[in-house]
Amino acid sequence: MKILVPVKRVIDYNVKVRVKADGTGVDLANVKMSMNPFDEIAVEEAMRLKEAGKATEVVAVSCGVTACQETLRTAMAIGADRSILVETDVELQPLAVAKLLAAVAKKETPQLIILGKQAIDDDANQTGQMLAALLGWSQATFASKVVIGEGKATVTREVDGGLETIEISLPAIVTTDLRLNEPRYATLPNIMKAKKKPMEVVKPADLGVDVAPRLATVTVTEPPKRSAGIKVADIAQLVDKLKNEAKVIA
Amino acid sequence: MSLLVIAEHDNAVLKTATLNAVTAAAKIGGEIHILVAGAGCGAVAEQASKVAGVAKVRVADAAHYGDQTAENLAALIVAVVANPASGYSHIIAAATSNGKNTLPRVAALLDVAQVSEIISVVDADTFVRPIYAGNALATVKSADATKVITVRTTGFDAAANSGGSAAIEALAAGPDLGQSKLIGRELTKSARPELGAAKIIVSGGRGLGSGENYHKLLEPLADKLGAAMGASRAAVDAGFVPNDYQVGQTGKIVAPQLYFAIGISGAIQHLAGMKDSKVIVAINKDPDAPIFQVADYGLVADLFVAVPELTAAL
Repeated sequence: MKILVPVKRVIDYNVKVRVKADGTGVDLANVKMSMNPFDEIAVEEAMRLKEAGKATEVVAVSCGVTACQETLRTAMAIGADRSILVETDVELQPLAVAKLLAAVAKKETPQLIILGKQAIDDDANQTGQMLAALLGWSQATFASKVVIGEGKATVTREVDGGLETIEISLPAIVTTDLRLNEPRYATLPNIMKAKKKPMEVVKPADLGVDVAPRLATVTVTEPPKRSAGIKVADIAQLVDKLKNEAKVIA
Repeated sequence: MSLLVIAEHDNAVLKTATLNAVTAAAKIGGEIHILVAGAGCGAVAEQASKVAGVAKVRVADAAHYGDQTAENLAALIVAVVANPASGYSHIIAAATSNGKNTLPRVAALLDVAQVSEIISVVDADTFVRPIYAGNALATVKSADATKVITVRTTGFDAAANSGGSAAIEALAAGPDLGQSKLIGRELTKSARPELGAAKIIVSGGRGLGSGENYHKLLEPLADKLGAAMGASRAAVDAGFVPNDYQVGQTGKIVAPQLYFAIGISGAIQHLAGMKDSKVIVAINKDPDAPIFQVADYGLVADLFVAVPELTAAL
């Protein structure tokens, strides 16, 4: 069984985000970029399935600018066998990415595609579900446990109120939640090996996909700032403030 | 112009999140319909028909909608709106785990973008949504004929759940696609209010040290206040409490009247989930903890002493 793992290059999760003064977006110049943390979990899960003998090949895919090659090298350093870059300078929105991935999936015919549940830049939480729709496949989002069976997968999902376990037919889409696994660190020898692994570069036009954005960003602004309040000396003062100043408890 | 709001329910009770979505729909403007898809969900349809401002409730009642699987639900919604005579301009759901699971599937099948987790409506095409864990707000305009939208419930007040008298109309169910089957649910049972709807939330973090301490210290406080209980990601990762307690960028987004952050340092991902609370109280022994930068009332103290003292003082 082949597993496809789409990965996204995003601002590193430790970087403090700054909104550009002209309101066109956030400042990404000279900012550290990394693989989306949920996608690292996806790559790790694919590797564990391969190591358990459930998968034979893991292929990483990224859509975006040339620099996404670094993200794909990271995926291959974790263990992906090869990678595909769908290269474009156009701003890619989730629907466009899902269409590109659907085109790649039709060529590669994987049995399983594992994606992060959301990217920490646009927080959209859409691509996996859209990809499942375009391929007509079943989906298991927000996964915290994945067990592969014969022609099916049993997936435990993190949902409002607790956990839910579903059985889905393969081929299928799985999107990862935080507690699916703890991704390994890429070792130096594996980083070196990753440089020699094959990377194919294609363009959206090669895949016959129109990637034009559907949503126009009118403006990006800073959220209203919440200012620090006061430090209270003790519990008595805290209770007094809550009752008589904030009036939030009786 | 009419708008279709997807009901969030468990086949017996219409969830409050639906009422927040109805308010978002009302801000956009137009005739509001609620779609109730479920199994034996007649009671839910009754409740939906009483929601203020709703013109029509459409009910698809069939066994294969009972578990809200995305494949069947999305196919049904698409069948309802794809008929041009339906005239739906907007499809709206609360950004609950069901809404987030199903709506992107609907959007892709309709070949339109989805606007995720809006917090305000500018006009019928233009919406504000948080990005980068709420560190920036994007105003986006959709060029698609049908807008598919999920609504962050904290951004909109709940519509009144009485006073309406919408007509209830049955819809023919679509086929069971048989792609997905529910095996089981482990839902946290609690007599406390739901995190998303609570007026007061008591949340604990890694500072509590263990699950035992979490329960021993925070439950009496929550009991006194009639509060819901939450946790930081660190506390969930450490196994103190189940995943559904998590407040933050990837957990629940909450905005209660009063939020207690106890032994929570205040990582940016946690702040993303609670910084719209009306009043924030932080108790932490580290005076430099980032949580104090957003807290209205901060107490630098050993929580093992302060929390029982607070519980006793209330």
